This record gives sequence, C-alpha cells and structure tokens, in this order.
Amino acid sequence: MSPIVSFRDVHKSFGAVPVLKGLSFEVQKGEVVALIGRSGSGKSTALRCVDRLETVDKGEIIVCGHRVSDPKIELRKLRQDVGIVFQSYNLFPHLTVEQNITLAPRWVKKADKASARALAQEVLAQVGLSEKIDAYPEQLSGGQQQRVAIARSLAMRPQVMLFDEVTSALDPQLTEEVLKVIEELARQGMTMLLVTHEMAFAARIADRVIFMHEGLIHETGSRDILRNPNTPELKSFVGVGL
Amino acid sequence: MDYSFDFSFLWDYWPMLADGLWLTIQLSLMATVAGFLLGIACAVASTSRSRILRGLVGLYVELIRNTPLLVQLFVVYFGLASLGLKFSATTSAVIGLTINIGAYSSEIIRAGIESIHKGQIEAGDCLALSRWQVVAAIVLPTAIEKVYPALASQYVLLMLGTSIASQISAEEMTAAASRIQSDTFRPFEVFLVIAALYLLLSFGMRGLFWAVGQFAFVRRRKLGTTL
Amino acid sequence: MIPSLLGISPAHWAALLAGLKWTVFLSAVGFLAGGLVGFAVALSRISDSLIIRGLAAVYVNLIQGTPLLVLMFVLYFGLPVFGFDMPPLAAACIAMTLFSAAYLGEIWRGCLQSVPRTQWEAADCLALARWERMLLVILPQALRIAVPPTVGFMVQIVKNTSVASVIGMAEMTYIGKLINNATFQPFRIYLIIAGLYFLLCYPLSWLSRRLERKLNVAHR
Repeated sequence: MSPIVSFRDVHKSFGAVPVLKGLSFEVQKGEVVALIGRSGSGKSTALRCVDRLETVDKGEIIVCGHRVSDPKIELRKLRQDVGIVFQSYNLFPHLTVEQNITLAPRWVKKADKASARALAQEVLAQVGLSEKIDAYPEQLSGGQQQRVAIARSLAMRPQVMLFDEVTSALDPQLTEEVLKVIEELARQGMTMLLVTHEMAFAARIADRVIFMHEGLIHETGSRDILRNPNTPELKSFVGVGL
Repeated sequence: MDYSFDFSFLWDYWPMLADGLWLTIQLSLMATVAGFLLGIACAVASTSRSRILRGLVGLYVELIRNTPLLVQLFVVYFGLASLGLKFSATTSAVIGLTINIGAYSSEIIRAGIESIHKGQIEAGDCLALSRWQVVAAIVLPTAIEKVYPALASQYVLLMLGTSIASQISAEEMTAAASRIQSDTFRPFEVFLVIAALYLLLSFGMRGLFWAVGQFAFVRRRKLGTTL
Repeated sequence: MIPSLLGISPAHWAALLAGLKWTVFLSAVGFLAGGLVGFAVALSRISDSLIIRGLAAVYVNLIQGTPLLVLMFVLYFGLPVFGFDMPPLAAACIAMTLFSAAYLGEIWRGCLQSVPRTQWEAADCLALARWERMLLVILPQALRIAVPPTVGFMVQIVKNTSVASVIGMAEMTYIGKLINNATFQPFRIYLIIAGLYFLLCYPLSWLSRRLERKLNVAHR
C-alpha cells in the first residue's frame, strides 16, 4: 500500500536561507509520526509543505495520492484529505463553535444543515466539548478553542491530521486536555504527523520519531530513540527537552 | 431684539418639506446601500494580486477623497450632460453620492481587511474553502464587523452631504427649504426647522445602524460586547 | 497673446487662481479659528464640570448632526433678519470655524483621552496644578497622536470650503460656476476645478498617512 505522506529529496529555502536540504520520509496509513528538533531545524516548514502552505523548490511530495509538489495541483482536493491544526487555533471569531465546524462541510461538501449539525455534534463529542456547540470562541479557554479547532478539522473526514505545535500557546493544565484528545485520535487509528515540543508526549504516542537538524533527518526510529538517542545532537536536544 | 418668530409657513408648506425629507431619506438610503456594495467590491479588489486592479482602485479612492462632493456632483450632472450623457437631477445625485461614498467605504473596509490575522485566511484555505468562500465567509464578515462604527459615522456624514444635491436642483430637503424661504422670507425659521429635521435624521440613522448592528453581528449581541 | 491652457483663457485662469486664493484663505481661517475654538471644545468635553461637558456635547452634536450647507444658510440668510450685516465672506468664515471646531474638538478629545490614565495620575502625584498637568504632561503626549488625524481633517476643511459657493462667496467653486456660465464647458471646467482641489488636498492626505505610519512604527 502506498504511504499517506511521502517526501523525496525535498529542498526549500527562504530567500538565501536553506531550510530543507533534501528531506525524505514517509508516513504510512495509521502511523503517528512526531517531528522534533530545535527551532529553525525545518520541522514546521516540512509540516506546512504537506498541506502546501509552503511551496518547495525541488523534490517531490505526495500526500494521499495528490502530487503536492506539482504547481498545477488541485489545492482544494488536497485540503479535503488533509486536516491541519495550528498553534494559534485560528477559530473564526464571528462564528459559533457549530458554525466554525460546519462551515467547510456545508460550503465545500454541500452538506445540508441537519446533517452538518449532526456531524458537529459527533466531532465535538470526540473532543469532549459537546456542551459548547453554541458558544463563541472567545467564551472558551485556550485549550477548549484548540479542541474545537481539532474538531473542525475532523469534520472534513481527513485521511491525515497535521498538528503544528498545537500546545505551545497553552499553559500545562490546558496542554494536557489537548494532548488527551490527540492521544485518543491516535488510539482510533488516525494517521498523524505532529510537530511538537512535548517530548514526554511524543514518547507516549509516536510510532516513529523524526529528529530534524539543519534541514535534514538527523536521527529517526521508534519512540525509544528519545530514551536512548544515538547521536550527540539528539542526546543534547532530549536532555533539554525532557 | 424685537424679532418675532413666525413658524406659520409650516401650515402651507409642510407637504413640500415632507417631499424634500422623503427624497433626502431615499437619496441617503440608496447611496448608502449602493456605496457599501461598491466599497466592498473595491476593498476586495484592492487586496487582489493584480497590480492594475489595485492601481485603479487606489486612483479612484484618492481622486474622490481629495475633491469636493459639490464639484463631483457638478461633473456628473452638468459635465456628463454636456457630453450627451443626460441624467435627471435625482439620478445624478444618486450616482454622484454613490461614487463618493463608495470610495470612503472602500478605504474603511480595506483597513478592516488588512487588520485580519493571516492565520484566519490560512485556516480557511486549509479547510478547502475556495478563495471566494474565504472572502465571503471569513474575511468580509470579520472586517466589516470591525469597522462597522466607522462605516456608520461615514454614512451619517453622507446623509448630511445629500443636502449638497440641492445645488444640482435635486428637490431634497435643503432645496425645498430654499424655495420655501424665497416664498416666505422667513429664512431663519425655515432653516432652523430643516436643521432640526437633519438632526433628527442623524440621530435616527445612528439608532438604525445600532439596530442593524445588533441584528447583523449576533455574537456582539449575545456577548454584550459594545460595537 | 497668451495662449489658453487646457482650453481656458488666461483671464479665466487668473479668475480661477484668485478663487483658489480665497479657498486657501477660507481653509486657513477654518483651520486656525476652528482650531482655537476646537481646542476649547476638546478641553470642555473632558472638563470636570457637568454643565461645561454637557454644553460642549450639545454643540458638537448640533454641528455634527446638521449639514454645513444649512449652517451657511442659517448664518447668511437667517441672521440678517435680526439686523446683522452678513456678507458672504463673514458668513463663510463663521460657518467654517464652527464646523471645524466641532470636528477638531472631537478628534482632539479622543487624543487627550488616549493618553493613559496613569499619566494623569502620575502628574497629580507630583502635585502639579491642573494647567501644569495639562501643559507639561498630557498635551505633549496627545500632540504626537493628534498630528496625523489633524492633517487628515485639513483635507475635509479644504473640500468643504466649496460649500461657501452657495452663499456667493467667491472661492474657487463659485468662480468655476461663473466661468461655466460664460463658456458653457461644464465637463472641462469642473474637471479642472476638481484637479485644483486635488492638488491642494492630496499632499495633505499623503502627509497625514505618512505621519500616521511613522507614529504606528514608533508605537510598536
């Protein structure tokens, strides 16, 4: 079976600064992959390339059968298959939780109102926020907003979920409730690629860990490498991270 | 001062005044609605990737905002007629006022659009919404909500500006007042009366905008945030 | 013979430029006298006295709730019935002053109030007298914020002087009407007038925007 995400020799620079220098990796269906590394190592850029929020200079990216590196890609088809959650939640402030969640199903997939609401109820139950369906984002805590953002992505029934440092803006208590939701998704078999600073969390749920350093994979393996790193760079990084 | 006020002209002339008032209201409403739509179109165009489009909108906005409404109305009414494009005074007034308020609306709404966080648009893109869906469902509602008070003030100014249409012989309230005063030689009383009516109109408009805001921005109403 | 420029004869150009001078004059009066009164309005709007605050609020609401054109009519046609001698120039100057004062007063009130509360309190703690507090602490800070919108409002003043043409004040728009009556080329003449206003206003708009950007950068 072909992988859900595949990077082959991907290069990307911002101006004169190379960020990705020939990155190659794959994510298989049902796999949970954690991208870790120092800031500036290229991990967030790599994640954003998956959903084509960044274009690449060279190399090939294929996601759910879409050739992302092809300039003529049908972006909207790609994005129906890929869910992404950001550090800054990016909920739409003028819409209720339900409207945030049903916006894309109704406008993109032309779902009718009743089935869209049922869908909203279903994904909200998944993130444990059923009672907040009629609230506005500003009435929710940061952790709750982030869980709604996850629910909003789930409502498009993506084949893969991307998480871009989704707990970096949250304090520890709120972080935990978001991580629990992600962990539950992992248990249900969702394919996930996550950029995270939470080493303990990565060690708990990741099937595979990719440690990026200066735009390349420096070390990769099962979650065990976080406890027994081979390279001095990962050793020092984990020493800081844990 | 031995001047005695005499408002008895109101008995004879109130229908004329009422007609003028009605036209003032119509001009204000039409120009507000049309100018709002024109403003949205121009504001969206001014964020477009096409430099030509951006340049054209910029030119329009600057030309209108840096010339007097009175002269703009003269160009539309007298100027275009001399080129063979004849419109009635009222139509010319609607056209001129709309072009005028469209430029101001565009500038205000553009500022609202620019204040929207980039992540909002990115989030919309990532949900597979099309560019137009992002504009219609996310960008415009939040931008307009943000600048609504500024827009409302501008439309009240527009209503006051409709008085200038009297100078191209549109029979709105100021024109009616001018005719009444030249009949009655009671200028002070006549202009006092329409000043009071304009004052009522501007309070009424502010109230109307408040009500429309309550209706349009459900979140503000529910959370009690002031506009 | 001097050739005509843009289809307007030299004599008409001379008249237009004379009108332009009056437009500038009227704008200057509106800004300076209006600024003076407007400053008093701004201070009154934040006065401790309820009566002064109320009176200033009534004044601002009256002016901002009625058209400038009607204000000009009241002054020019209305006041003479009480025996005042009211030439167009005087009516126009008074109207522009009253008009500008209300708007500038509101703009400046906003600027004064945007000086953080803590600054007012700090000045109080230094035992400064009220006028010292205003002059030494609040005004210098408010001034920086006030410059861009004030320059921006000057554009409104210049444009609104055109309304004085309706009471026969011989500023640029009025001269334009006269020339049009003589030549009947409304499209040409009014576009030229619009162009002249643009030349007066655009530099002010540009400056206002530039100052605002500079202020925003400084604030960050």
